[in-house]
Amino acid sequence: MTTPTFPSLLKTLPLVLLGGVLALAGAVFLGLSGGSSGLNPEALWRLLADPESADPVTAAIIWQIRLPRVILAAAAGAALALGGLVFQALLRNPLAEPYILGLSGGAAVGAILGMMVGLANFPGITLLAFVGGMVTLALVLAIAGGRRGTGKDTLLLGGVMMNAFCGSLIMLLLAVSQDDQLRSIMFWLMGDLSRAEPGQLPILLLLLPMMLLIMLLARPLNLLLMGREAAATLGVSVGTVSLTLLMATSFMVGVIVSQAGLIGFVGLVVPHIFRLLAGPDHRVLIPACLLGGAAYLVVCDLLARSLPTGGELPVGIVTALIGAPVFIFLLWKTK
Amino acid sequence: MMGKRQARPSSLPPNAGQFFPAPATTTAANTAIAAHNVSLAFQQTAILHRLYFTVEQGEFFLIIGPNGSGKTSLIKLLAGLLTPTKGSIEVLGQSPTGRRRRQFARQVAVLPQQLPAEFPFPVATTVLMGRAPHLRPWELEGRADRQLARQAMAFTDIEHLASRRLDQLSGGERQRVFIAQALCRQPRLLLLDEPTAALDPAHQIMILDLLTRLCREQGITVVMVSHDLNLAAMYGDRLLMLARGHLAGLGPPATVLERGRLEETYQCPLMVDENPLGQVPRVCPIPEKYRL
Repeated sequence: MTTPTFPSLLKTLPLVLLGGVLALAGAVFLGLSGGSSGLNPEALWRLLADPESADPVTAAIIWQIRLPRVILAAAAGAALALGGLVFQALLRNPLAEPYILGLSGGAAVGAILGMMVGLANFPGITLLAFVGGMVTLALVLAIAGGRRGTGKDTLLLGGVMMNAFCGSLIMLLLAVSQDDQLRSIMFWLMGDLSRAEPGQLPILLLLLPMMLLIMLLARPLNLLLMGREAAATLGVSVGTVSLTLLMATSFMVGVIVSQAGLIGFVGLVVPHIFRLLAGPDHRVLIPACLLGGAAYLVVCDLLARSLPTGGELPVGIVTALIGAPVFIFLLWKTK
Repeated sequence: MMGKRQARPSSLPPNAGQFFPAPATTTAANTAIAAHNVSLAFQQTAILHRLYFTVEQGEFFLIIGPNGSGKTSLIKLLAGLLTPTKGSIEVLGQSPTGRRRRQFARQVAVLPQQLPAEFPFPVATTVLMGRAPHLRPWELEGRADRQLARQAMAFTDIEHLASRRLDQLSGGERQRVFIAQALCRQPRLLLLDEPTAALDPAHQIMILDLLTRLCREQGITVVMVSHDLNLAAMYGDRLLMLARGHLAGLGPPATVLERGRLEETYQCPLMVDENPLGQVPRVCPIPEKYRL
């Protein structure tokens, strides 16, 4: 009789962390070297190797314009990927994701309201986005049967309906907004990283405690995959843990939507890739999704900047072009 | 006919002696469960009516009764998954619905009737998760935890399934995985809802013999729902019989499994005689073609 062996976290975790850090470093390097004039890694390399003698214009472009943008993309990617991971475990639905569930749409309604009233970026717009997201999520969960039944199809249908409703609310708000606001709101709405500026960094730091909190709840997330009752008999305070996770995720999504607009499907694509690569353990998946999600959105943003010859695409369009087929594939596979 | 797999049950458990820690020098009485005037209702439907009973520590206590008589609800009340509408329950000196869930879960292991069919983790990890209530949120499972999981898997004869996933197992194998997960917790009380329903006879008596030894040698209390009246008669120290949520019998098998009372409870003709294996009743339902 062979003695059973246990998959060891200490073997997979360093591997995943190393891979994630390398991927993120590579993505950041590419993100910093790519601009409207195409990729130029040499200039970045020269700047890093010898900061004294570098061209001050190039240095300003890289540090003042590209770096904040890359940081915003990385933060948004990490938060949205983690949000998707949490929803998929909590609702036991592989298709759950902040955008699909309508959470992002609700946050957008809140943020647009804030913009039209003329609130400050922080805390006004961020808080309104958080509240809008929470209200929408509560409605979707209520439609899907409250805390008991989160049937796969009703949940998605509820999300689709709330998305449609939020979409029409957004159109209504746009219709009554002033012309000079219209274009910037429209662009922001499609997921816009081009307005990134160093002043946003302190706001993004608010994400860190939420990510840490979710990381501490990795074991309960694993146990919740067995079902709410089984998790409760294993000592998980299911109600408290669920509420904490929903609040933390909604807050993260509220922050990201208010800073970068609607960026969908990141929370669908990234967690599924890492489940295939690294297995189901959330103690590995959470750091993996944070690093991988950050790298993914930095690369998506680079694509958005470099695909068309004149001007650029909103990054939300790139993520949707990649994510929507993945969603359809997963829907087809789970049938 | 006797393959390799069938040979194991007789040799088990090899080292149950060291598996469970010595019973904590408990405080006052050695009562494991005290239910006082417990009623349960969903909206207007009454499920359980005014139940009074106690279970002693180290007792093998069985809950029997027809379908829909409230057995599963009673287990869920004891596990803290439901809250009684009226009355009070004390389990190992605590309220099952108290705020200290993790501490409760360290001492009370529950095997639900509906086991998860889909779970992405391999069997070994699933069993090891039974250690969760003993670990702090950021703490990793250590060597001792893995050793306990290995022993628990040996007890329920699932070592050869360690690297498989739940959706690749049969119902009986899945049941043994979750029994191992419950044992891995080293609980003082086991609440089992039909733990042997999907098992073949060899594994049925293997699990029940193991549970009996845990009661006798380690002072563990076992509360178990079963539909098999003969197994209940042979293994139970005392039986609690429910009929539509009312207490229909409480006591040793010989007094509860009495023909008139059983036929009234189960609404079906039965033959009851003495089991030639021992001084316990033997119950057999009478099919229509054998009736006079």
